[in-house]
Amino acid sequence: MDSLMQQTPAINRLFRFQWEPASHCHVLLYPEGMVRLNESAGAILTHVDGNRTIAQIIDQLKADFPEAGDDLVQDVIDFFTEAHHELHWIDFA
Amino acid sequence: MNCTGSILPDVPNSASEQQHADVPPTPETGQPLWLLAELTYRCPLQCPYCSNPLDFEQRKQELTTEQWISVFEQARRLGAAQLGFSGGEPLLRDDLEELIRAARDLGYYTNLITSGMGLTYERMQAFKEAGLDHIQVSFQASNAEMNNYLSGNQRSFDEKLEVARTVKALGYPMVFNCVIHRENIDQIDKIIELSIELESDYVELATSQYYGWALKNRDHLLPSKAQLVAAEATTNRYREQIKDTHRTKLIFVVPDYYEERPKGCMNGWGNLFLTITPDGTALPCHSARELPIEFPNVADTPVEEIWYRSKGFNHYRGYEWMKEPCRSCDEKEQDFGGCRCQAFALTGDADNADPVCSKSPHRHLITDAQANADKAQPASEPLIYRNRKNSAQLISVQQIEEESV
Ligand code: SF4
Ligand code: SF4
Repeated sequence: MDSLMQQTPAINRLFRFQWEPASHCHVLLYPEGMVRLNESAGAILTHVDGNRTIAQIIDQLKADFPEAGDDLVQDVIDFFTEAHHELHWIDFA
Repeated sequence: MNCTGSILPDVPNSASEQQHADVPPTPETGQPLWLLAELTYRCPLQCPYCSNPLDFEQRKQELTTEQWISVFEQARRLGAAQLGFSGGEPLLRDDLEELIRAARDLGYYTNLITSGMGLTYERMQAFKEAGLDHIQVSFQASNAEMNNYLSGNQRSFDEKLEVARTVKALGYPMVFNCVIHRENIDQIDKIIELSIELESDYVELATSQYYGWALKNRDHLLPSKAQLVAAEATTNRYREQIKDTHRTKLIFVVPDYYEERPKGCMNGWGNLFLTITPDGTALPCHSARELPIEFPNVADTPVEEIWYRSKGFNHYRGYEWMKEPCRSCDEKEQDFGGCRCQAFALTGDADNADPVCSKSPHRHLITDAQANADKAQPASEPLIYRNRKNSAQLISVQQIEEESV
């Protein structure tokens, strides 16, 4: 898990992440398709810039959402694991 | 252009008021997330399965640059996020760079759906600078001879290879699209190998849907069941073979003729897709022009009005319009009774169940075609290429038939 924390995630070049004003949500756009993201996935991906490590992103999220409980760390780790291995939204630099 | 659907997720619907007790209420209308801009019907190729209308030769009117950009702005405000530039061959519009830039500035994900004919390195670079996100290159087959025969053009294959390599060299995601049918399905292994060699990101192996030109040529195009089973097995074998080494995604779309239930066409009528034809006519799907329904035009009607309130777009929303067997069927909320265009083209009444459904009283129209496809030589007429001469001819024949009724 420690090694995962030091990874630097970047959005796979096949996807574009953006806010959709008409739908009030973040989305990932890719050739001829789109995924609507829930609030937490949107909040996490907002901080994915190809420079920050997962540990740094978690620190940032803790600061953004002080009311979030202890589950936050595990949620973020689960998200990146799935987004990288299964969904291929995320590449590790 | 043969545009296969997308992989968009279901749009959540909240129920509106109850209207009649026997059918569910009409769901709330979804946003037009997918905008397909058919910029022109002009095209250097003559694919016999082309999804353009048979009478394209009589529809030469094209929207201006300003009109297109206004459509993009209006649809974006309604929630459109994906924009496909299609045709005909969209490259034949000199203002394509300008349209791409405007669309990208509005926040669209921009897709260029092209045959690749005449696409130079310089132009692809200009598109990139304008912000184009992705290019889909359509192939007809895996080798020059077959490709050129099917596209009715002698140079097309080499040009396409060159274009596909450049698409990758410039860092675009590439969708490799090949319409699969009776005459090329047995080479599907070669087609897949070519797509992998070209490092395609997505490979769409879509069997043709039988509307318009493809319906005219159905006997030439519909594969037999045995061909289909073999092709699916081959595709699965390649999926397995490349799964650890390539990210290439192989998408195989089976013809609905071999299904027992129709597809949930366009995710529901007027629920997700908005097509604008070259002259500005707005359609809920790209083949809907064949239906005997009047559709509005963006040249004189705001897109918002078209999407939410026009008669054409409301015509098949919900379930009120349904006849039996769909009306009392408990599967209607999954498939919406299937494709209206297919129901109309095959049964003559667009309100009927899609004859692909095994509950349809017209199902024999499908099973007859299946049986015909099992013959060694199913076609008795020559292949009809999509070109101006044939368009003019088909339309004059149709007019004569109508007059004599
Ligand atoms: S002829 Fe072929 S390339 Fe041209 S629009 Fe039709 S399907 Fe596309
Ligand atoms: S009867 Fe109509 S609604 Fe029922 S499965 Fe068949 S096409 Fe769909």
